[in-house]
Amino acid sequence: MVPVTWYLWLAAVLFTIGLSGLLLKRNALIVMMCVELMLNAANLTFLAFARQFQDVGGHAIAFFVIAVAAAEAAVGLAVVIAVFRTRGAINVDEVRALRE
Amino acid sequence: MDTLAILGTAEGATFALFAVFTVATAVGVVITRSPVYAAMNLVGSFFFLAGIYVLLAAHLIAFMQILVYAGAVMVLFLFVIMLLSLGDEHLGRGPRRAMQWVGVLGAVGLLSVVAAAVGRVQDEMPALSSPRTFGTVKAVGQKLFTEFLLPFEVTSLLLLVAIVGAVVVAKERI
Repeated sequence: MVPVTWYLWLAAVLFTIGLSGLLLKRNALIVMMCVELMLNAANLTFLAFARQFQDVGGHAIAFFVIAVAAAEAAVGLAVVIAVFRTRGAINVDEVRALRE
Repeated sequence: MDTLAILGTAEGATFALFAVFTVATAVGVVITRSPVYAAMNLVGSFFFLAGIYVLLAAHLIAFMQILVYAGAVMVLFLFVIMLLSLGDEHLGRGPRRAMQWVGVLGAVGLLSVVAAAVGRVQDEMPALSSPRTFGTVKAVGQKLFTEFLLPFEVTSLLLLVAIVGAVVVAKERI
């Protein structure tokens, strides 16, 4: 049996890659992809513990995470389209109307 | 069992294969410049992660991972990438600021915090008491429609709001 910590390590590394990309990338689309990566890392943690404790409740939570991620992608991409249409840019550094 | 002995088993070797490709494609998402390449790397990452889910006996979630993530969500991403048809000036080139690298340093710091937490987790992975039913549609469905009924119904509401919100936001001017 593969120990549960291996799965947790993989999830931690995936989350760190996603967070690094979130902070490094300026393209709003790739930033959202990195958010999806982080959500997947959280899912992997839920499933690893569900397997360890033999509780299907973790699978139900992963199901909800997938649903929320789909909703987030739909609304987020709509926002990206709207911003691109009015400002002609999807660079997250150039969208700062709330800061000024 | 030590690391090499676990890697020698079929399960360990499969895990290592999928884990290496998952991390490699995830790194590909971050280091590539073009959004299309990033999306393709992300699809690969989702597929390999679905393999890891199967190793965890999460059959339904692995199936949904491919159906919803690698299917629906990534098609949505590719649609938007093609719709915007960005030129080179929009690819986010230009020097990165020092703050961003500090942020990455913070991300690695978070990894060390998580590592300390992982070190305290009980390492054993017990054999499944009911391997024929764990993680199947029936088992997860029973859980969803009894214990998690309210969150399940709220999820349907959330998806409805997301659909309406996406239409409204994409239509009007901000």
